[in-house]
Order: sequence, then structure tokens, then C-alpha cells
Amino acid sequence: MTDTPLLKVSGVSKFYGSRIGCKDVSFDLWPGEVLAIVGESGSGKTTLLNCLSTRLMPTTGSVEYRMRDGNFRDLYHMSEAERRFLMRTDWGFVHQNPADGLRMTVSAGANVGERLMAVGDRHYGKIRETATDWLTRVEIGTDRIDDQPRAFSGGMRQRLQIARNLVTGPRLVFMDEPTGGLDVSVQARLLDLVRGLVNDLGLSAIVVTHDLAVARLLSHRMMVMKDGHVIEHGLTDRVLDDPREPYTQLLVSSILQV
Amino acid sequence: MTELATYNFAYLDEQTKRMIRRAILKAIAIPGYQVPFASREMPMPYGWGTGGVQVTASIIGPEDVLKVIDQGADDTTNAVSIRAFFQKVANVAVTTHTKDATIIQTRHRIPEQQLEKGQVLVYQVPIPEPLRFLEPRETETRKMHALEEYGLMHVKLYEDIARHGRISTTYAYPVKVAGRYVMDPSPTPKFDNPKMHMSEALQLFGAGREKRIYAVPPYTDVVSLDFEDYPFEIQKFEQPCALCGAQGVYLDEVVLDDKGGRMFVCSDTDHCEDRREHGHAGEMLAPAKEAAE
Repeated sequence: MTDTPLLKVSGVSKFYGSRIGCKDVSFDLWPGEVLAIVGESGSGKTTLLNCLSTRLMPTTGSVEYRMRDGNFRDLYHMSEAERRFLMRTDWGFVHQNPADGLRMTVSAGANVGERLMAVGDRHYGKIRETATDWLTRVEIGTDRIDDQPRAFSGGMRQRLQIARNLVTGPRLVFMDEPTGGLDVSVQARLLDLVRGLVNDLGLSAIVVTHDLAVARLLSHRMMVMKDGHVIEHGLTDRVLDDPREPYTQLLVSSILQV
Repeated sequence: MTELATYNFAYLDEQTKRMIRRAILKAIAIPGYQVPFASREMPMPYGWGTGGVQVTASIIGPEDVLKVIDQGADDTTNAVSIRAFFQKVANVAVTTHTKDATIIQTRHRIPEQQLEKGQVLVYQVPIPEPLRFLEPRETETRKMHALEEYGLMHVKLYEDIARHGRISTTYAYPVKVAGRYVMDPSPTPKFDNPKMHMSEALQLFGAGREKRIYAVPPYTDVVSLDFEDYPFEIQKFEQPCALCGAQGVYLDEVVLDDKGGRMFVCSDTDHCEDRREHGHAGEMLAPAKEAAE
């Protein structure tokens, strides 16, 4: 890990009229680090994620990202063209519902290849080769390359979505409840896969989840949110094993033990 | 002129023509960009060329000579009725000869004869947005045009190759105009795409229902999209036209009976007739009358 953070977030707030979406959130994210944002439904996790990933304009605060040239740029002072280019090359966004992140009516290969074509790849054979390679890496049979995602199971769709996002070699991936809606054995495989990919590629990731087990497995650090505020922030093991805030203690003790 | 007095020249009122001309000028200034305009109701149903008719009505003058084709033919319903319409409301000369016309309104073909400087080709366009079937949201497609995000267009071509082993899009084949905007050349066969490149004639596109006008000025680069390993290619026909023997032209298939009999003839009727007048004959051309007597 280097000394300079990849993402600098300071004082980000989002208000929906008089209601608070998230308030005064500040943190730094370092390269190769996975940060989990946990909290119950309606605590502002997804609002925060959207504010960070330029999908939603925050009311106040700044989000700075270190570009590949080493300079920090404020995301909300970039032109829309630059922002969208960043989103489809240097970033990834994994939606909870794969149908939001995939093109359901085009084949798996084209889904993976779309980003390559968007950045100017014009050689069919090479695009297909890369797509095949990525399908293998996310454990989808290469004979399914010409099938549409609607013929895929939920777990396969989610893996396809991950492949589609990682194909351009992003440095930062946002994940919104990546395991939501999957059964536990599929969840376990997906988590294993994501953990492997994050380690191999040295990705930074921000994972929003209400599932503390996901946070435990994937993340290095975590933030606990409640009513739009970050109430606790620390290394994952510390927060889960020694929660300080009463709400975090409640959250940790509500995990079902089998 | 008494009959004509009930109509304004070329049907549309002067303010409407002014509005459409402004849209046309803007379209010419930004090749391939779809300019919105306040499309009027025309005395014909949508899908019959309301956009093309409005463009033609706005640029036509009393000295112009008009030709109207429908799928290359001068004598089909759509072509005949639009031609009659302009004879009535503008009292202009009409022709079927490509080289004599100053304005050619077309539905889904570009004439075989090369167009010349000074001629205007007006296309009737049903769906002007090339990205429409991939991205249904208009707000999003406009943004994609504005930011030049055309990766999606290649996703469509990728799908073609993945499914059929080649680019199977045969008409409305997307092109990039002047190195900037991706444009739908209206449902012309891709056979005609190369004719748009560096054309001497002005090309105007009118979509009445979708309320868009776009243009390709003369001498403009028009490049069909493709992959490096699957380059763009036009349709090829194995046999010449059965009536005039022309090769390297776009042919229509005509079914002759229910026993599999068929013939291929020029889609451009004027081109075919012209060749026959000059003594060319295909294998199925009926012998001339003198010979029969």
C-alpha cells in the first residue's frame, strides 16, 4: 500500500428536503483496501454509496479521486464526459440486482465486451478472447458465452456482472449488497470469488451491506451507519469483536447463531 | 393558377417552411446530428413519408424538377401519390430520370446513377435514432450522442457476429458522419452506404413522427461501422438483372410462380429502363415488338 489515498471523502452530506440521507461523512480509502459500510435499512448506506460513485449529487462536501496520473480531482468539478469515462474504465459498480447492471437482451460475451468496445476496442476476435477469459475467471462455462443473461441463474448473473465490471482493469469497485438475494451456498462461493479477485488484482472496493458476515469476510475496515450518520468506524475485526457504540453492539448481537 | 390559389405554394405556410429551413441549416452545419423540429400534420399517414414531404416542401421552388422513388421504383403507390401531391400544390415539373431531377425524395434507396453537384436527396426516415433498439431512453441516447459514447453500437454488431458468424445487419446499417455523429441512414440497404460517402449531392433526412431532421452535406466522410477482423461489406448478387443485364446494382427478388420460379431485377426502375433503352438486355427480357411481328 502507498502513502496516498485513492479516494478522499470530506464532509459529504445529502439531504432529501428536510430529511437526512447521510450527514457529514469523511474518510480516506487507500489502494487495495476494502471498506464495508454496514447498517440497517434506511440508514443511508446506499445514499452514501451513490454520492461517492457520482450517481447522486451530494448536497455538500467533496469527493476527490486520485487519477492514474497521480493528481487528485474533485469528482463534482469534472465534466460529465470525464466522469462517465471514469465510471466505465477506472471504476466498477456492482448492483444488488444484476438486471440493473447487465444488458439482459444481449449475450454474456457482449455484456463483458461492452466496456472494451466503449473504450475503442474494434477487434472482434480479441474482444471475444478477453470475454472468454473473464467468464472462466468468474467460473461461468465458456459454452455459455452466447447465451443471454436471462438464461442464467441469480448467482451466475451476479458473477457475470462482476466480470463485466472488472474487464477494463478498474482500480475502484463499488458494490451495493452484492450477495443480496442469493442463497447461502451461492453467497459463499461468490464471496470467495470476490475475495480472490480483490486480492489478485489489488482492487480497492467499497461494499455496502447489511450482512455483517459479508463485511467480516471481505473488508479490512468498516463503517457503521445509523440514521444517516457514521457512528462507528474502525478495522473490521475490532468493530465486530469489540463494538463500542450501543447500536453496534445491538447489531452484532443480533446475528443469528446456528 | 386558380386551382392553386387555394393552397400556399408547396402546401406548408411560410412560417412553417421558415422553421423547417432553419432546422435544415442547423442539420447541415452539424453533419449527422438530429435536429428537433416542430413537425406538422400532413395529409398522409405517419410512416408514408411525412418527414420527407415536409423537407421537400420547404426546399422546393418553382424551377425545381422533382423525382420521387419508393424502394427504387418510380411507379409504386407512395411515389406516385407524393409526386402528384407536389404537382398539385407546387405545380413543379416532375421526372423519373435521376439525372434530370434537382430534388429526389426517396424511401429506402439511393439511385444507382451517381448523384451530381446541385442535386438534393431527401430521405423518408421512420426511426432516426440508431441507438434506439439498444437504449430505449431518449434522454440517455441524447447524452450518448453528446458525449460520443458509441460503444453500444458495436455491441449490436458483436451480437450479429456471435449469432450468425458475420455482421447480419443488412439495412439501416449505422454510419459515422464526419468522424463525429453515428447516424441511421434510414432503412436503405447497406449496399447504398458507400454511395453516401463523399457524395456530391446534399442529403437531407426527415422523420415526421419522431420530429427530427438531420443531414449529410456534400463531400462529407460517411463511414460504416465495423470490426477490424469483420470489415464492412455490401451485398453481392450472383446473377445480373434479368431485364437489363446490369451487374453491381441492387436487385429485387420477384416470385414468378408457386414452383420456386423467381427472377432478380433492378430495384432502381429508372436505371433499368434507361439501360434497356440503350440496348442492354437481360435473359428474361421480352423481345421487342417489331421482332414479334
